[in-house]
Parts: sequence; structure tokens; C-alpha cells
Amino acid sequence: MKKIINKPEDVVDEMLDGLVFTSASLIRRLPGTNVILRKQKSEGKVAVVSGGGSGHEPTHAGFVGSGMLAAAVCGPVFTSPTPDQIAAAIKEANQGAGVLLVIKNYSGDIMNFEMAEDLASMDHIEVKHIVVDDDIAVEDSTYTAGKRGVAGTILVHKMMGAAAEAGLSLNELKDLGDQVISSIKTIGVALSAGTVPESGKPGFVLKDNEMEYGVGIHGEPGYRREPIKSSKEIAKELTDKLRDAFKWNASDRYAILVNGLGATPLMEQYIFANDVSEILTKDKIELPFRKVGSYMTSLDMAGISLTLFHLKQDQWLDWLNVPVETTAW
Amino acid sequence: MLTVENTIKWLDLFADKVAAEKDYLSELDQAIGDGDHGANMSRGTAAMKEALGKQNFGTVQDVLKTAAMSLLSKIGGASGPLYGSALIGMAKEAGNADTDLTSIVQAGADGIQKRGKAEPGDKTMVDVWLTVLHALKEGKLTDAVIDQAVQATAPLKAKKGRASYLGDRSVGHIDPGAMSSGYLFKCLIAGGIL
Repeated sequence: MKKIINKPEDVVDEMLDGLVFTSASLIRRLPGTNVILRKQKSEGKVAVVSGGGSGHEPTHAGFVGSGMLAAAVCGPVFTSPTPDQIAAAIKEANQGAGVLLVIKNYSGDIMNFEMAEDLASMDHIEVKHIVVDDDIAVEDSTYTAGKRGVAGTILVHKMMGAAAEAGLSLNELKDLGDQVISSIKTIGVALSAGTVPESGKPGFVLKDNEMEYGVGIHGEPGYRREPIKSSKEIAKELTDKLRDAFKWNASDRYAILVNGLGATPLMEQYIFANDVSEILTKDKIELPFRKVGSYMTSLDMAGISLTLFHLKQDQWLDWLNVPVETTAW
Repeated sequence: MLTVENTIKWLDLFADKVAAEKDYLSELDQAIGDGDHGANMSRGTAAMKEALGKQNFGTVQDVLKTAAMSLLSKIGGASGPLYGSALIGMAKEAGNADTDLTSIVQAGADGIQKRGKAEPGDKTMVDVWLTVLHALKEGKLTDAVIDQAVQATAPLKAKKGRASYLGDRSVGHIDPGAMSSGYLFKCLIAGGIL
């Protein structure tokens, strides 16, 4: 393992201090916790709080700021944060209108966030949650019942943040969140595994010439291994899967997110985005919102994921486009 | 009946037992989980014992709530929220005027099932909690009943939790959460609380 770190057990703590150093005007760390809060509060608006294991940077703390997340709770690498930390984030982030939790669909995350919801209700704070499960690669995975939550989560963060800022109530936000989540689907491919600092070894091993479709963001198994293909062929495989899942029609409108998983350079992400755009242009679907970059990573995993979000209402596109002040959006 | 003193004694005994069996719990977890149940539980119960020794408590509810917060903040993974939910549920029930040990354990079991959504026979800690609850209701809780409930998880195929991913390969192994729950109830007997 070659990493620029100090002690493996200190990576999350030191990373968070570094993040706050980078964006000191936007965010702060709740003392004694791994909770990142935005400095600018929106009084009277619902606070959107997310979080999960670390190792997916810039998710989740990179999306804390005006117009997006009110707080992010950062667990150990690939491990859910504990309920006391989540409850502390809920309490601090609350702006008087309740708190919406955005949870990725992992069993540990769900149990810890729901437990925190119970603790917050003992403090009489109104809390609801939505669960992101956008990864269409496989059902039931190592840490998941149902489908996994992956890169589409950042679009959910953006939508919920914008809608909260627009003044939606907690109930309205939850309903919107459920609709948005059912309109987002993601699928990815891995070329090599990420290495968790505390274990020091790659999470799985692929041969030099191999890739695996559908690997999860913690290295969970995907659906097929085969010799590495060209970007065009990978783009065809992934868009075929998404077409089957969405069953889109010409002139449907989608947002597209091409996401690097940590060790894949932007050059390759743009090449892949170009190949996807050719296929989607042939299908005559419209792409009024486009985003390329490493937003939901898996440490130093090499690979890419493709997310499409069916924009069923014009308002949704507006909410994606509203400017925000965060470290990473 | 639970009192402030015997509840603290019960939970202290549990912490000592978990510390003593830390490696064994992790060994059980290596077979069908990720191998850290002993380390996680002992970190949580040690913090619990420390917290319980640091202050004076007025009510059983306060004791159980403090224990819950220690466990859910220090254990982590799935066991943290599961034991945390059990103790939070027990704390809430302990606040009721005419409660008893059976009702408190019932509230703990309800808390675990609400959190983890496991049913009896899924090869989880729920299997031990529900067997113990049944025995408590009948006034027949013994070490042997607890041992049997823990051992009875071995032939089952896991349907909830990390072990469920192994499917048939989980058969033949005792569930680590069932074992640690067994310790909790054996300490109830060892503490002379029944």
C-alpha cells in the first residue's frame, strides 16, 4: 500500500480538518464529532442531512453548504457513522422546520440513521428519511438488502437542498425525494479495487486485463467479469442496461452524471462521456443537464459509473441548476 | 425487580463477561461475519461500565439510557444500533410505574426487532431474546435455557445480517450476536436479579 497518510486510524479525523481548512468560509466541524456543518443557516427551512462511511470523497461533506446539505456525518472508512453522531448533526443542523435524512441503502447506514431518528424524536425534533437505491447492477449485495445507493445520491442531495431552500415542508420534501429517487438509476464498471487504509490490501483483485461490471462502491461483487474493452464498448453495455431499466422514448429529458470512482483520470471520463453522448443522441433523448467528474468515489478504485436521472418535471431541472456554495458541487 | 443498584451490577457483569470472551466472540464472527463482534462489543461495554461508574443515578431509566448511549456510540456496525435500540426500549419501559423485568425485556426485544426487522428463526440475537422472554414469562429462565437458545442458532440458515450473504454456508455456526445476548441474560442470573 502506498498512500499519503499518517496513521491509518487517523485518516478520517485528519481529512475532515483538511477539508475545513480548504473551505473555512463555508463549513465548520462540530467539536468532538465527525460532523461537518454549513456556516450559513437558512432559518425556517428544512435541513437536509446526509452521511455514511468515509472513502467516497467529495461525498458527503463536500456537498455541505448553502443550497445543498445542512450537515454531513462522516463515519470511519466504508463504515456507517454511529447514531450519537448522526443525532448530534440533526440537532445542530435543525433550522426550526425539521430534518430530512438522505441515506444510501446499506443495512448498517439504515439502522444507525433510523436509531438517530428515534433519539432526535426524544428531543422533539421532527425527522424523516429517504433511502437512495440507484444502482441497478445487482439485487441484495454484501452490505445491502435490495439495491445499493451510489453516485445518484449526489443528485438527490442537490435536488433536496434546492427544494428545501425553495421552502418545501418536511412532508413535501420526503414525497419529492421518493419520486426523485425512483427516477435515478446508475451502473458502473471497475478496473481495479480501492485499498482501505486500515486493511492495507485491495478489496478485491482483478487481473491486469480484466474489468468487472456492476461493482459496488465498497468493492461489492458486480455481475460480470471480462477482458477490458474499449470505452465505446463499455458505454454500450452500460447504456443498454439503463435503457432496459428506464425504457425511454425519444425526446424524454434526462440529467447525466459520468462519475469517476477515484483513480480514473478525467481524460478517460470525458472519453467515456463522449461515447455515451453518441449513443444517447442516436436514441434521441435530451440531456439538458450534464456533469462529469469524480464525485462518488471508492478510495482509489479505478472505474467509472454512469447515472441518468429522468427529469419528469421542468421544476426538477431548475432545482439541479440553482447555484450553490459548497466545496465540491 | 430491577433497581438502580442491581441494574448497574447486571450491566457491569455483562461488560466483564464480554471482555473475557472478546476473542471467542470475534472467532464466531470470523466464521460468518466480518470478525469484529468481540472487539466492537468489548469497546462498547467497557465504555458503558466506565459511564455507569462515573455518576449517581436516580432511576433505572437513567441507568439504562446511559448504558444505551455508550453502546450505540462505541460499538458501531449493526450491533451498536441493535443493542442501543434494545436498551433505549428498555429505558422507556422502565419509566412506566407498574413495570416488571418481563415487560422491560419485552421492550428490549421489540426495540431490536423494530431496528433489525429480524423474525424468529432468522439466526440472529432475536432468537435468544424471544426464547428468554418466553422463559421469563413462565418463571423458568435458567442458564441451560439460555445455552440451548444460543446453540439452537447453529443449525439455522441466516436470513438477516451479514451472515445471510453466505446462505447455506452460514449453517453449522453459532450466531455471534446470539452468543453475546446469551451472556447478557446469563449475567442477569449470575447477578441474582431474577
